[in-house]
This record gives sequence, structure tokens and C-alpha cells, in this order.
Amino acid sequence: MTDWLDALIQGVLLGGLYALFAAGLSLMFGVMRLVNLAHGDLIVLAAFAILTVASTFGLDPFAAVVLAIPILFVVGFVLQHVLLNRTLGRDLLPPLLVTFGLSIIIQNGLLQVFSADSQRLRAGAIETASIPLGGGIAVGVVPLLTLMSAIAVIVFLNFIFYRTPVGRAFRATSDDLEVAQLMGVDVNRIFAVAMGLAFVVIAIAALYLGLRANFDPTIGPARLLYAFEAVIIGGLGSFWGTLAGGIVLGVAQTIGARIDPEWQILAGHLAFLVVLAVRPRGLFPRAQD
Amino acid sequence: MLLEVAGLKKSFGSIVVADDLDLVVAPGEAVGIIGPNGAGKTTLFNLIAGGLAPTAGYFRFDGRDFTGVPLQGRCRAGIGRTHQIPQPFEKLTVFENLLVGAVYGRRKTEAAVAQSCGEILERLGLLKRANTLAGSLTLLERKRLEMARALATAPKLLLLDEIAGGLTEGECSELVATIREIRQTGVAILWIEHVVHALLAVIDRLVVLNFGRKIADGVPKQVMQLPEVHQIYMGIEA
Repeated sequence: MTDWLDALIQGVLLGGLYALFAAGLSLMFGVMRLVNLAHGDLIVLAAFAILTVASTFGLDPFAAVVLAIPILFVVGFVLQHVLLNRTLGRDLLPPLLVTFGLSIIIQNGLLQVFSADSQRLRAGAIETASIPLGGGIAVGVVPLLTLMSAIAVIVFLNFIFYRTPVGRAFRATSDDLEVAQLMGVDVNRIFAVAMGLAFVVIAIAALYLGLRANFDPTIGPARLLYAFEAVIIGGLGSFWGTLAGGIVLGVAQTIGARIDPEWQILAGHLAFLVVLAVRPRGLFPRAQD
Repeated sequence: MLLEVAGLKKSFGSIVVADDLDLVVAPGEAVGIIGPNGAGKTTLFNLIAGGLAPTAGYFRFDGRDFTGVPLQGRCRAGIGRTHQIPQPFEKLTVFENLLVGAVYGRRKTEAAVAQSCGEILERLGLLKRANTLAGSLTLLERKRLEMARALATAPKLLLLDEIAGGLTEGECSELVATIREIRQTGVAILWIEHVVHALLAVIDRLVVLNFGRKIADGVPKQVMQLPEVHQIYMGIEA
């Protein structure tokens, strides 16, 4: 019994990581209907960026991510303004092709610069610290921080979306692009801000990816898959749904692993298929759309 | 002149929807546009405030050539527009709909525009609905919101596209009263309408379009007497 409870708790915590992977994707799709096939690679790229900042300045990864966030915001802003805005339009194919190309460029660029060696973000004692919950169950501090960060990111994104002028512009633009322009909204700029924000979320996701597991330049696409599954399980357009989606995926994986360690990944995908079969629009779809 | 349209032409292939149109609107003036379906009325609006690029000709607003200016630039310069089929941001509240227009159209902070947005809502009778999602409004409310949102951008020229269509007689006369009030604040109005009596209650000048061409432009009463206008409107309008 304790085993299963433990699996459930670890699954929820793992779900926090998947929710972080997915939140950026959800943001991009929600504002500009951009399906970003390079999302996983961007997370890996951000992990390498944090690693570089940390080792160059001799910083803790948590401090390094604070430094990396403004840089990544600017990178996201420029990427959207200069490249991705040109691909958006009625046709969904150009952004898919361009982000697919971006994915390959990032993977090979990282291989060239950092080699294929596995890397890890080193944070000292916190990496292995855990809090005993009694009954033989303990939760790791880093997994707990991951889930708390995921919740904080979602609260923050909801605040931006529903309580600030730029958030209203995000929602107005996603509602009706042309009318938003008629109201004086410069959509290219708004999209660039959205991508900058998505890159901030990517930086946070990258921090926990690097703290919890090894990463190398080729692991991006698998993270993209988890992010997609979490977004779709949760229902498009809802950040809390994305968190729920991440948790469903995480719990399915740890429960699967409890049954048989080889089943971990498969169990996650099966849960995704079941949700798609039962609720094709996800668990918490927005009322319309 | 506030708005100056000169030799504006738009064709889709061999179909000409606006043919060598000239039109002026003075500051604070109210001009009506009538014409049968397919006469190019909405096309004219799309050329002035929408994303449609003309095949030839240009238009000036406030003395500046605006033909190639992006949409948000036109809004910020003072061109406000309502659509024939209201297009509110359905997942935003009524008040938020106005805030977007006011903040981005006027380039001000939310704190600076909140009060005037409230006043506009009050003038258009939408204050009670301020926190309702725009998607759940009735047709009349949507039309009012469409106008309120355009006003929130602080336009110098308001383009109204068949705003009186589909309303009951009582609703229509309320709307006319509101438009007259807006006029009195100094906003120029260019109004496309099939409901001619509503139009005549507000406008100073009447323009008639047919097959993309302007066939009359002048004092409303005289224009309505012209035989070619009579011919177009016979049996269509009371």
C-alpha cells in the first residue's frame, strides 16, 4: 500500500516537471496558435545556457537561471520578431516546418559546441536532500521545488493573462487577430513578448530538467512529446489544465514503473491515449474554441 | 479635410468592387453611404480601416497618406471602425474589450483610461454588463459594444457599418440618439446603412454607391430625390 502511495506522490511531483515543459508550449499555442516543434530542443538549449552561465561565473544553477532569464527573454523576443512572425498566417504548415528546422539546427549546434557528453546541473547537497513524510515515504527537495515552481509559473501566467494590459492583448489577439489590430494592438510585438515570456518558462523548465536528470543535445524531442501530451491531456488553452495534464502523465509513469520498471514510458503514453479516447478535447477544455 | 479618398480602386481579378472613388469627410462631419448590396460599401471601409490594399489610388487621413499604414497605425491615428457583424473579443469581459482598445489605441496606461471606458459604457447603456463575457451578449448589446470599443480608441473618425440592421424600431431610435450624442462630442462619422431613415436622422451629407462607383454625393434630401437613386431604391426602402 505504501508503495502505491509513494508512486502516486512521486508521480505528482514528476508531473510538475512535465507541466513546466508544457506551460511554454501552451502559452505559444494559446496566444499565436504556434505549434513549436523545437520546444524540447529549446529546453535543452536553455539547460546548456544555464550550465554555461553557472560554470563561467562559478554560480549555483539557481543563481545562474536568474541571470539566464533576461537573456532568454530577449532571445525569445527576437526569435519571434525576426523569424517566427513571418511564418504565421492562415497556413499551419510554415511554422511547423520552420520550428522543425530549428529543432535540427539546435541539436546539431549543441552537439558541435558541447559534444554528445551527458551533462548535469550541479547544485550540491540540495540535489539529494529529502523530507521524510513518515510511513517510509520521503519526498525529494528538488522534485518538491519543481512542482511548487510549476504552480508558481501557472499562477504567474494566469496573473499576466487576466490582470495586465499585455495579457488582455494576448487574449484579444488570440480571439480575433484582425480586430485586435483595429484596436491598435501591434500583434508582431505582442507575439514577441509572448515568446519572450515562453522563454522565461523554458528557462525554469530547463533548470529542473538539468537538476533532476542528465541531459545531452539529443534529448529534446522526447521532452517535446511529454509537453505535447500534457497540454493535450489538460485541454488546449488552460494553464491549470496543463498542470493537471502533466500530473496525469507523471502519475501514470510512476504507477507504470511500480508495476514493471520497463512500463514507465509506455504507461504515460497509454494514459494519453485513454484520455484522448474518452475526452478528445482534454480534461479541461476552454468553453468555446 | 479629415479624410480624403482619391481615385481609390480595388479589383479582384476582373471584378471591380471600388472604381475610382473620391470622397472627403470634414472634421466633425457626419456622412452617410447607401447603395445596393455589392455596391462596394464595405469594401470602401476595408480599404480605409481594414487590411485590404487598393489596386490604385490613395487615401489621406489628417493630411497624411495612410494607404500602406498597418492596421494598428490607422487605429492609433484616430480611425475607429465597427463591423456589420459585431466582432467582440468573446472571451474577454465587456470592460476588458474596451480596455484593450483604449490602452493600445490611445497608447495610455490602464489607470489613465479606466474612467473614460466606464463613461463610454454608461453612455452606451452597457455599464450593467461591464463584467459579462462579451460572448454572451445579445445582438443589440453586441452592436453597442462594437461602437463602445471603437469609441474607446478615441477616434476622430468613426466608421459605422450597418449598425442599425436587424434592430427593432425602438432599438433603432435609441441607437440613433446615441450616435447623435457621439457626433456632438466632435467625432466625424462615416456611416454605411440600409435603414435610410435612421441615417437621415443623423447625417449632413449622403453618398450613393453603385457597382463600386459613386453616383451621387450631396445634401441628403436632394440626393434622395435623384432619379437614379430612386431607381436603385425603388421597392427596397420605405
